[in-house]
Order: sequence, then C-alpha cells, then structure tokens
Amino acid sequence: MSLFEVKNITVAFGGVKALNDVSFGVDKGEIFTIIGPNGAGKSTLFNVISRIYEPSKGEIYFENQNISKTKPHNISKLGIARTFQNLELFENATVLQNLLLGRHIYKKTNILSEVFFTPSARKQEHEYRLKVEEVIDFLDLQHYRDTLINGLPYGVRKNVELARALCTDPKLLLLDEPSSGLTNEETIDLGFWIKDIQSLLGITIIMIEHDMSFVNKVSDRILALNYGKILASGLPEQIKNNADVKQAYMGE
Amino acid sequence: MRFIFKTKYSQDINIAKHNGDRFWYSLLILIMTALPLVLDDFYLGEISYICILSIAGIGLMILSGYTGLASLGHAAFLGVGAYTHAFLLTNGIPFYASIPIVIIVSFLVGAAIGIPILRLTGMYLAIATLALGFIAEHVFIKWEHFTGGNRGLPVPQPEFLGMSFYDSVFFYYVCLLFLIAAMFAAINILRSPTGRAFVAIRDSEIAAQSLGVNLGLYKALSFAISGAFTGLAGALLAHYIGYLAPDIFNIFLSLTLLLLIVVGGMGSLHGTVFGAIFVGFLPQLIAICRDYLPSSIGSQPGLEPMLFGLILVFFILYEPLGIYGRWMKIKLFFELFPTYKRQTFKKQKVFTKSDRV
Repeated sequence: MSLFEVKNITVAFGGVKALNDVSFGVDKGEIFTIIGPNGAGKSTLFNVISRIYEPSKGEIYFENQNISKTKPHNISKLGIARTFQNLELFENATVLQNLLLGRHIYKKTNILSEVFFTPSARKQEHEYRLKVEEVIDFLDLQHYRDTLINGLPYGVRKNVELARALCTDPKLLLLDEPSSGLTNEETIDLGFWIKDIQSLLGITIIMIEHDMSFVNKVSDRILALNYGKILASGLPEQIKNNADVKQAYMGE
Repeated sequence: MRFIFKTKYSQDINIAKHNGDRFWYSLLILIMTALPLVLDDFYLGEISYICILSIAGIGLMILSGYTGLASLGHAAFLGVGAYTHAFLLTNGIPFYASIPIVIIVSFLVGAAIGIPILRLTGMYLAIATLALGFIAEHVFIKWEHFTGGNRGLPVPQPEFLGMSFYDSVFFYYVCLLFLIAAMFAAINILRSPTGRAFVAIRDSEIAAQSLGVNLGLYKALSFAISGAFTGLAGALLAHYIGYLAPDIFNIFLSLTLLLLIVVGGMGSLHGTVFGAIFVGFLPQLIAICRDYLPSSIGSQPGLEPMLFGLILVFFILYEPLGIYGRWMKIKLFFELFPTYKRQTFKKQKVFTKSDRV
C-alpha cells in the first residue's frame, strides 16, 4: 500500500476541467515529480491536496486515511507540509519567526499561560527553537536568523520556505517549483538538499518542476500531466522517451 | 554600534534584549512614578488619559497592526467596558472584582462579534466594523435599564485600597499600573505562538493555514483579545469621565483610535504610546492654534475632525511606519553614522506576488 494515494480526482472550475480523473500513488521514501506544460493542472493538484480547492470528484488517501474532507489547517498536523510557487512567506517577520511558525502545530500552551508567559510557555519556546536550529543547520541559514524576509534575496527566501516546511517535521513534503528563479549553483545545492531530505530525514517528496535535467537527476518516478489528464508516468528514462510527452512539450 | 553576542536561546525569548534596554525602561518607569512630585493635577489628568488611550491603542494594535484586520468601530468596546464597569460598581461590586469581570465580558463580546464579522475581509470588514460602532452607540441609547440611555449614567467613584478615585494622583498611579500590566500582557502574547500566528495571518493567510493555523479561530481570538484590552481601557475611561453618555462612544472616538495606531506606527507596541501622546495632546494643540488663526477659520466647528483626517492622510503617505518608524530611522542613523543610507527603509518592490498559489 502506498503512503499517499490520489484516486480519480476531478476539479472543475465552471466548464474548465483543471484536473480530469487523475489517479496515482506515491510510495514511502520516494521522490515523485510532476511535470507538464503551463496550465496542465500541477498546482491545482497541490492545492487540492492541501485542501485549498475542493475536488468535484475523487478521494485522497494519506496513510490509508481519507483526507478529502479534512480541514485545511489540519493537513499539516497529519504530516503534510508544502511550499508555494510564488513564495508565501511572512514578509514583515524575521527568518526565525517564520521558522518558529513551522512548529505551530505542536503548540500546547493556551492563551492564559501565554499572557503570563508561564515557565511552560518558556519551555515550549526552547523546544521549538531546538528543532528550528536543527533545520537552520541543515539548510545553512545561520546568517539570516534575525533578518526580515523583506530584505532577503530571492534564493534565500526560497530556502527559508523550504526550511519552514521542514520545521513541521513532515512525513510528506510538497514542493511547488523549488528551483524556479534559482541560480545554477543554488539549483545544484537544492538537488543535494532534496536528496538529503529523502535519505537523512526519511521524508517522502512530491515535487512540481520544470527544469528537466534537475528532474532527471533527483526523481525516482515522474508523472506527466497535460490539460488535466495524465500523459504518462514511470521512471525518468521512460518519460524522456515517451512519445506523448514529447508531443506535449515540443509539439511535433 | 551595539553588538549582542548570543550564547543562549533565552536571549531571543527575553523581553529585555540587553542591559541598555533594562536601564532605559527602568529609568522611564522611575520617572513616570516620580511625576506626581513635579506636575499639578491638570497634567496628571492628561497623562492618565494618555495611559488609557495607550491601553485602548494596544487593543486596536493587536487587531489591526498585528493581525491585519481593520476596525473602524472600536469605540464600541470602550463603551462595553465603560458601561459594564459603571453598572457593576453601581450594583455594589468592588473595583478589584469589577475589572476582571469587565475584561472577561469584553473578551466574550469581542469573540461573539468576531466570529460572524470576520468572515469578511478588507474593505467589507472595515464597513462592517463601522456599522458595529453605530449599532453599539444605538444599543447604549436604547438599553436604558443597563446604560441609563440618553440621560446618562453617573460612574461611582468607590474607595479602593483606602484611596478615592477623585484623587488625581491615585488615579494616575492606577492608570500607569494598568498600562504597564497591559504592555507586559501584550508583549507576552506577541512573543508566544498565538502572537506569531496573528502575524502569520497578517502576512499570508494561505501559508498560515497550511502551517496549521486555524484562521477562523485565531481571527476571532484576535478580536476577543483586542476587545479585552479596549474594554479595560473603557473601564478606566469611565472613571476619567465620571458620567457616561452614549454619544461619547461615537465614530469620532473610533477614528481617534485609528489615528493613534497609524501615527504611532503600525505593528509596534511602542507606537501605541507615541500615538497616544500625539492624539492626547492634539486637541489641546488645536485649541491653542485656534487663537492664532483668523477667526473665520479658527472658529469653525469642524476644524478638529478635519485636522485629524489630514494628519492621518499625511502619515499614511509620508511616514507609513509612524512615529516609531521615524524613531527607528533616527536611531539607526546614529548607530551607523556616517554610513547610513536612506534606502535601508525603502520598501522593495515585489514582482513575484500574485493571487495564484
């Protein structure tokens, strides 16, 4: 049984079917990449998984549990974290505060103990910080702890968003175009990090990506979407040589 | 330039970040405590009023400055606090018991109003809160059993700790004490997960949600906490005015609070005090200016609201970070002298923002 499974998902915006009967499964420990031209429905798929969009049909299973009716704010409690295509960071907060928010799902204090900042609230802050520091070390963010997001270069912001997702201690990580807007060196670094997240932290990754050389390097399996339908899925080599995929991208 | 060498995580959690903080804030509290020795009753009354405004400002700042939800009807909460307090005192409940009840009542009222109203966002929320202000004013007029209606409600000035609220020195100390307590409470909320969740909602609702922040719950909580602070300020205001009438809690008072947080500096607790000092002394300043203006302008009745509006617009356009922002710039100028660059505070244009997620 797969860790994560999408069954017959259809999303319709009026008459437009952004996703049409899409089904696939992701095994534990895999790096699963979704590719496809613009408007193929990749981001829609992510937004359905994180419950921002309501699917018209179909179900999503995570660890054999149907999550198609789970509240959006409870998704991260199950162990699914995500990043966004157009960076959704908390701009007027420091990197540290952004990362500490990643620990929000572990909050045990109530409003009264926070108003008086009781020892338990202080202890909780320390526990949050320990985990955050682990992630900071992992992604080399030591220089930026107290910098406001406003003042950071784009590449670092991308990194902070990945770090924030990691702070939630997820089992499944959804990365929406992690390499877009990065320099060559940053993309190479990102490749190593993603491999490390898989092997050292044991996190399963679903990724949307356009950079094909990057995709072929890191992914275990690839799914190609076009116009909301699955074109092909399989190992990187199979996708590379698939006629339908070539057709969709090059238009022979 | 001060460089803080961090060796413990507690240094990021503590309120005072270094000894300089400790020294200056202690000095400030010391000076504030000693003020009655130098100032006469009139000025003490004015400063008490500024303390009350600051507490109300903290309430609105948590809602608008930190959670990013506009409110144009916050005078309603001042009214709820003031009337509840006066009603309780009239019925023989002592001061020390009345204040916690007022805080709880305004918290609950805030939550009750917040849950339906916060389904709206942006402009619509502003209009709904504006309506809330008007509705509250009407409730204060019509609910005569509780508020005395248009006849008004005298506020009993009971003895507390053997002192009377008529004594302006005593009242000053009460206000100061509550301001300090409110400040600490607000700082504590903001440095704990709830406060961070507020900031998260302000900056990106969608990311906050995907990190496990229950938007509905935390927005309502923000409204309730904001109501609690403002209600407390209302209770103190009741003592300050001495006689409650519904038209005190009108739209103009709500706009004064809004002016307070904008002028003080959105998103900073220092700003609430700076803003309160500003709006507290502004009417006096305008009164003085009236004498020097030609009588055709000086004797106009609508001069005050007009100037309030003008100042609001001026600050939004030219000093969006308010007085506190200006203070930060001046501080940085001296810290970095002579290498300060004006660009440091220039807002960077962001080209990647879009509504797509």
